[in-house]
Amino acid sequence: MDDLYREIILDHYRNPRNKGELENPTHTFQDDNPLCGDRIRIDLKVNGDGAIDQVRFNGEGCAISQASASMLTEMISGKTLEEAKALSKQDILDALGIQLGPVRIKCALLPLKVLKGAIYGLPATFDEEG
Amino acid sequence: MLDSCIIRQDFPILHQSINGKPLVYLDSAASSQKPLAVIQAMDEYYRSYHANVHRGIYQLSERATEAYEQARCKVAQFINADSWREIVFTRNATEAINLVAYAWGRRNITAKDKILVTEMEHHANLVPWQQVAAETGAQLAYIPIDERFCCDMGAYDALLDERVKLVAITQMSNVLGTILPVREFVTRAHAAGALVLLDGAQGVPHLPTDVQSLDVDFLAASGHKMLGPTGSGFLYGKRHLLEQMPPFLTGGEMIRRVTWEGAEWNELPHKFEAGTPSIAEAIGLGAAVDYLSGLGMENVRQHEVELTRYALERLSQVEGICIYGPQQVDMRGGAIAFNLNGLHAHDVAAILDREGIAIRAGHHCAMPLHQKMGVMATARASFYVYNELTEIDRLVEALDTARRLFGG
Repeated sequence: MDDLYREIILDHYRNPRNKGELENPTHTFQDDNPLCGDRIRIDLKVNGDGAIDQVRFNGEGCAISQASASMLTEMISGKTLEEAKALSKQDILDALGIQLGPVRIKCALLPLKVLKGAIYGLPATFDEEG
Repeated sequence: MLDSCIIRQDFPILHQSINGKPLVYLDSAASSQKPLAVIQAMDEYYRSYHANVHRGIYQLSERATEAYEQARCKVAQFINADSWREIVFTRNATEAINLVAYAWGRRNITAKDKILVTEMEHHANLVPWQQVAAETGAQLAYIPIDERFCCDMGAYDALLDERVKLVAITQMSNVLGTILPVREFVTRAHAAGALVLLDGAQGVPHLPTDVQSLDVDFLAASGHKMLGPTGSGFLYGKRHLLEQMPPFLTGGEMIRRVTWEGAEWNELPHKFEAGTPSIAEAIGLGAAVDYLSGLGMENVRQHEVELTRYALERLSQVEGICIYGPQQVDMRGGAIAFNLNGLHAHDVAAILDREGIAIRAGHHCAMPLHQKMGVMATARASFYVYNELTEIDRLVEALDTARRLFGG
């Protein structure tokens, strides 16, 4: 019915996957988007082989940011840290499958930014624009 | 109410479709649309008499100077200033407030002093005072809002002691719509020996404003929120205060004489207008003031009271809605912030955009206020002279659509 709010996005927003927090995560990071108030935290448990055994996200915000976080957790579950590092903003936009303007793209990419922060232990610096 | 059918003919931008639906523009609190009279006044200046102002000894420059200074007189008359010398053109209200913060605040406020602002201030009337406080060591205190979304005047009295040098308040909240009892604020501030700066960015476009009867010491306003162009705004200041203040920016235009050793400042208001000003924008603002005066500010206010009354009535029937702001229309203007249960304001605004309806979503440059209200963001619909009751019906229908979309 609506391009921006495709059924898959509404589904992830209403029924978020891997929502919550982990006890004793090996990697954790939180960031927000003060402009709109989106907030995302991601916890990872990485095993000795460098694979992501468990992932949880928590947060609040608009449907785009929350659905993007939910989809991201599915994308990285069971992947290695190296594979997660290789995720690009285009991978996220492809998964969402929607066209976003300069304001909403920040909502969509916040979870990836948080994931990279968790992996590298500091805020990511990739270009959010365009 | 004003005849919006006739008024809408003056606003070419309104006659278009967005996503196949007729545009409903409900974001005038962020920036108003412009009537043809404003667009044409600026166009005519560029086409037929553009030149720099004040120093040219030829006809074009004389015409430009005359139009620029006429615009200043129109603004002075619009807010009933005592003299055109009390009007300084700025880029916007933010720059006007910063002018006072730099040229008056940093000179007159010390570590012993206090600055009072309300909890509902726009960042433009908050951050500059945080900076003055941080640099001077002065204390910045907040006048709280009560459960009716109005200022707690008892708390104001309690905060107002002889240490207070400045009370900086909004005329009308850009989030809650609350209209402040400015005269009351001023009387008490003056009795305590404090000056009052009024942020008129939301008030001046929508309410009859008389600086002499309000007795405010400074008033800041933005042209683009009152049918004028972006890049236009003004500061009103009482003459004796402006006289005492040093320049904010220095350079050309603001001097009387320059020698190798130094400079003498120009007279008011040119002392505060360094460099070539925004001439076309000032002329456009003058045309906007003419347009509003033609409608009559009492009529503008009454039109918005009717729109707001109807909107509050209709919106309150929307399931799951929470409206932030006073219920009584005589205590508020036509900016209505709300949230739909379970929906982020950005999602609401995005769905409304699909229906051709432009509203604002976010913190509206009032983050501490949103924190106090316990929300990350709100959606906000705001009205002006060109809005009609039927547009409020469209808003309500679209909100129901949004609710259904996320309800499943």
